[in-house]
Amino acid sequence: MRSYLEATARERLQRLLDPGSFQEFLPPSSRVVSPHLGQLNAPVAFDDGVAVGRALLAGRPVFVAAQEGGFMGGAVGEVHGAKLVGMLRRAINEQPDAVLLLLETGGVRLHEANAGLIAVSEVMRAVLDVRAAGIPVIAVIGGSNGCFGGMGIVARCTNAIVMSEEARLAMSGPEVIETASGVEEFDARDRALVWRTTGGKHRYLLGDCQALVADSVAAFRAAALDQVDRATAVPLTLDALEQEQALLTARLDRFGHVREPMELWRALGMDHPEALPLLEADAFVEHVAAVRLGAR
Amino acid sequence: MNWQTLTAALFPQGCDVREEHQVLTGGGTVGSDTVAVVGTTGHVPIGVETALAQARFILETVRGHPGRPILILVDTQGQRLRHRDEMLGINSYMAHLGKCVELARRRGHRIVALVYDQALSGGFITSGLMADACYALPDATIRVMGLPAMARITKVPEERLTELALDNPVFAPGPENYLRMGGIEAIWRGDLAAALVAALALDSNGDARSALGLARGGRGLAQRVIAAIVAGDDVLAP
Amino acid sequence: MEHLTYIFQGGTRALPRQSDVVGVVGSGNLEVLIETAPLAGACTVDIATAAVGFGAIWHAVMADFHARWQLRDTRIAINDMGATPAVVSLRLDQAVETMLEERA
Repeated sequence: MRSYLEATARERLQRLLDPGSFQEFLPPSSRVVSPHLGQLNAPVAFDDGVAVGRALLAGRPVFVAAQEGGFMGGAVGEVHGAKLVGMLRRAINEQPDAVLLLLETGGVRLHEANAGLIAVSEVMRAVLDVRAAGIPVIAVIGGSNGCFGGMGIVARCTNAIVMSEEARLAMSGPEVIETASGVEEFDARDRALVWRTTGGKHRYLLGDCQALVADSVAAFRAAALDQVDRATAVPLTLDALEQEQALLTARLDRFGHVREPMELWRALGMDHPEALPLLEADAFVEHVAAVRLGAR
Repeated sequence: MNWQTLTAALFPQGCDVREEHQVLTGGGTVGSDTVAVVGTTGHVPIGVETALAQARFILETVRGHPGRPILILVDTQGQRLRHRDEMLGINSYMAHLGKCVELARRRGHRIVALVYDQALSGGFITSGLMADACYALPDATIRVMGLPAMARITKVPEERLTELALDNPVFAPGPENYLRMGGIEAIWRGDLAAALVAALALDSNGDARSALGLARGGRGLAQRVIAAIVAGDDVLAP
Repeated sequence: MEHLTYIFQGGTRALPRQSDVVGVVGSGNLEVLIETAPLAGACTVDIATAAVGFGAIWHAVMADFHARWQLRDTRIAINDMGATPAVVSLRLDQAVETMLEERA
């Protein structure tokens, strides 16, 4: 069983998609590197930390991007963001069955500050443009860096998210919160708490991700394919957003006062919330099926 | 400039904007139309409640007033940094706000944003930066993060970042840099009401910020990378 | 950052594919971009490294690499973030082996 977590972005592309099907846009040999890292004496990467292109997923034509968490934490700089936007805009022209975003990122690349922020904003608009064109966008989150910052927002602009237990999806990292608001607010070294707060199982319980899988490329592939095939409500509608407004309001009303995620899980109906982190992915999904929030 | 003075200047014909928990909602008169107004004040950190309240107002506008233009007023110190907000999924609440703005756009509402004081990163990305066009007052501060925190995370010495923040477009926090990079459409000086009227009259034509950044010289690569990928080229245009 | 260039002549082995990349530019790691190119038989190596002052070690590693593979008409570009000589050699070999692999 090959770990998704330990694979590089390019290995994930080779193994998750149909063998040999990935065709890269603006490959490393094009040498389009960051124009901003040099002034901070930081090394560049020939793909600026993201590979984008087209591929097949069980024979279905898809467009795909995979962020390399090993380079600058997968964070989005000018070129990185533009590669994502270019792939997304080209998808609208070529109409694949779906767009897959293999996200592993800290969000805006601070080394590129303003350029990075605008880039993430452009990615957000482009993802929503793809949805408006009727093409589902599926996010896959399973790397050790998780999916944070502005890209944590982009992830929730997609149609569906597949996560593993090891993955995290959030806005601000625990260290940033601890520095700003103190260790009593959030102890960044309490790993179990970090994962209870932002990890895949918690997000699955809240309904913020639609599939929770084991850390294997095969499991991610199957779940991604499943989400592509069952994608509905691809473009935004007023009814759907009013429904989401109601769900998010209810979430806040029900759990806004809760201090510890296990209290939230208990309130959902889990009598032994402390046992949840110990369950394997499939057993966990089955165990919480009746109580988890969210449409499916 | 406080929001009361600002809205009075933007809407000389009159406006009715309220503040509740540092969230602004209401409307102003422009010509014979009403413009919906939503936003924040007091440099508020955007948490789950703040995002939700703004989203609700936008959805009510789309449901109740089809086609009404929407003005987003931005003043925020960024996302709220609390365990509770992360646990509840602040990224979901923020995304929901961004999706509501996008829906309004798709339904024909013209969306204009104005940074009138501070705009930081996460607090800005699903409001101001989702508008058809984002504007700023000359004294506005737009930035990604405070320098000390940036130094801690990037491991670049604070002195070096401070040096770069003086005049380097990538790091300097002024609206002029965002203007040059295409993130801001224009800076509003003088007659704010006239600037608003002009902004409302422009057509919404997709996200042209990368092309704007190239034309203005602030972002030399983004548009060329996008264009090369869309065209299927493996080299960038010069 | 330091930039180093090596040019080797007299190589006999041409590689069959167009280009490949191996490795990641992370701490203690490097990426190697390898391409076939019409270089009148030469093999060139361009290195951008965050670890400054190790020219002699790079020279030794590159000389060993050329002795091992004897490549011709090959362009190699490296972005390095402080990898050890052993890791550099490993990635270089991986890069060549990837080019030699038959793809299904």
